[in-house]
Amino acid sequence: MKIRLENVVKTFETFRAVRDVSLTIESGELVALLGPSGSGKTTILRMVAGLEYADGGHIYFGDQDATDIPVRDRGVGFVFQHYALFPHMTVAENIAFGMKVSKVKREKVAIEARVVELLRLVRLEGLGDRFPAQISGGQRQRVALARALSVDPKVLLLDEPFGALDANVRHDLRRWLREIHRELGITTIFVTHDQEEALDLADRVVILKDGHIIQQGTAEEVCRNPQSAFVMKFLGDANVLAAEVRDGKAYASGAAIDVSGMADGKAELYARPADLDWSAQGPGIPASITRVLDRPDGRRVLATAETGEQLEFDVEPERALKAGDGGFVTLRRAKVFALG
Amino acid sequence: MRRNVLPGLRLSLGVTLFYVGLIVVLPLAALVFKAASLGPEDYWRIISSSRALASYRVTVLSALGATVFNLFFGLALAWVLTRYRFPGWRIVDAMVDLPFALPTAVAGIALTALFTTNGWFGSILADLGIKVAYTPLGIMIAMCFTSLPFIVRTVQPVLEDLDPALEEAAQSLGGSDWEIFRKVILPLLTPALLAGVSLSFARSLGEFGAIIFIAGNQPMSTEITALLVFIRLEEYDYQAAAAIASVLLIAAFVMLALTNWMQSRALRYTVKG
Repeated sequence: MKIRLENVVKTFETFRAVRDVSLTIESGELVALLGPSGSGKTTILRMVAGLEYADGGHIYFGDQDATDIPVRDRGVGFVFQHYALFPHMTVAENIAFGMKVSKVKREKVAIEARVVELLRLVRLEGLGDRFPAQISGGQRQRVALARALSVDPKVLLLDEPFGALDANVRHDLRRWLREIHRELGITTIFVTHDQEEALDLADRVVILKDGHIIQQGTAEEVCRNPQSAFVMKFLGDANVLAAEVRDGKAYASGAAIDVSGMADGKAELYARPADLDWSAQGPGIPASITRVLDRPDGRRVLATAETGEQLEFDVEPERALKAGDGGFVTLRRAKVFALG
Repeated sequence: MRRNVLPGLRLSLGVTLFYVGLIVVLPLAALVFKAASLGPEDYWRIISSSRALASYRVTVLSALGATVFNLFFGLALAWVLTRYRFPGWRIVDAMVDLPFALPTAVAGIALTALFTTNGWFGSILADLGIKVAYTPLGIMIAMCFTSLPFIVRTVQPVLEDLDPALEEAAQSLGGSDWEIFRKVILPLLTPALLAGVSLSFARSLGEFGAIIFIAGNQPMSTEITALLVFIRLEEYDYQAAAAIASVLLIAAFVMLALTNWMQSRALRYTVKG
């Protein structure tokens, strides 16, 4: 089902959580709403679900205006951050709940068969008789997903679905959710503040800040072509250097890069740790190494430029560098954003 | 044994056990001992006398009625106090505890004044042909008054802690308000409701001060068991008093055991497996 938000606005007391958001999600798409806390991402998700009502604007499900349809009639599957499983019901009873209260009457046998089918889908065969308190966090989240899918929703909505789980489980569940999405092809929106999760999982990432959409696109588009300093910083570690643009070139701490087309004036230069390198001779930004951090997948070097700016960059683990070494930080690539 | 942050288990255990022994166990043991000093035949004769039986009937039935009423009204009150904020909320919330704070005799006199045939409520009810003061209905009202806080105060914290996402999840799955209340909220409140019910019922069984003013205390009809015990005491018939009191004691024990068992059944789902 195609979902369309048109100039949606939501205000809590005096706080404007969502300001004029328009967004189209194609049928079968897997979209991430990514943003820091307070960016309005969860509020948008809850408005699509019908758990909150928009103060202004419209939400369309296909061609139908769903703005005022209450949650119980909207036909969405919602997965809550902390699972919200019914603690007094077994796993099977949790999954069956939606079918039992549905206006569409189902045979008891049909409900049981569907529960078995869903338990298989989320790979929890044989755990139907357990209570939520008796299974692990990752298993609970899968029960929550099975429960949400039990009512054949038109759209699946997940609020920070892996936020409460530890890193390993999160990684597995991410891959698994992707598989389920491919298998069922259901339009899915999920909210996260974890860039890696959004980039790994989603067909399209929608980045939000202060209730606005700042940028949206595929992982490649937002990573390779961030359109603002905020997106650049939010998507991952970035070094920031004060820069000056003159005649199509940006100058920063002794380095210069081509920015043809940009107006002259003060600017900031952003570079990922992988975009910087170290060399004993110039040219580059003169700096001295303050610390070397060894990590399983490489070596991170912290350095202080002569101008006092802190820099972080990655080198191959074989490079023999140590704190106190002097040299030059070189720039492979960078993004420059005008200030103000 | 696991080392605790606060030391002094031996000392605190000793002091508390001594205290419980002195204040709770010793008087109860004396009661049982006194009652047991009667022979089985005398004991049976006293506790099964028609006057005693009539007092059990009116006490237990009134306590049941009051508890059932408080079950519904207390739940509704707890619901309103947790789900809504309205002007005067604080005052209503504080008033729930009033029956605890007020001397029960004061409550009894106030209720009697209200419900006698020329009182504010009593005169209206009298026109409708309902007599409250000096009837079992009056006993029930006095019991309702003194035991109201139990159910409100046991249910209220559980309602407050109930995760709103549970109701939202049930809504998103298509549940109606009534289905959500009956299938999600009520089962989660059941353990607290049972605890409140058992306390409320036990309190009603033993209530004395609030009732004797409004009950009329007619043997065989509006004489409660606690009063009968008191009358036997005034006659210096300590053995008979202890015998009748032991029946109240057993009733309270059975009630507590029963609700404990029901509670642990209702809480089965919290057991880790």
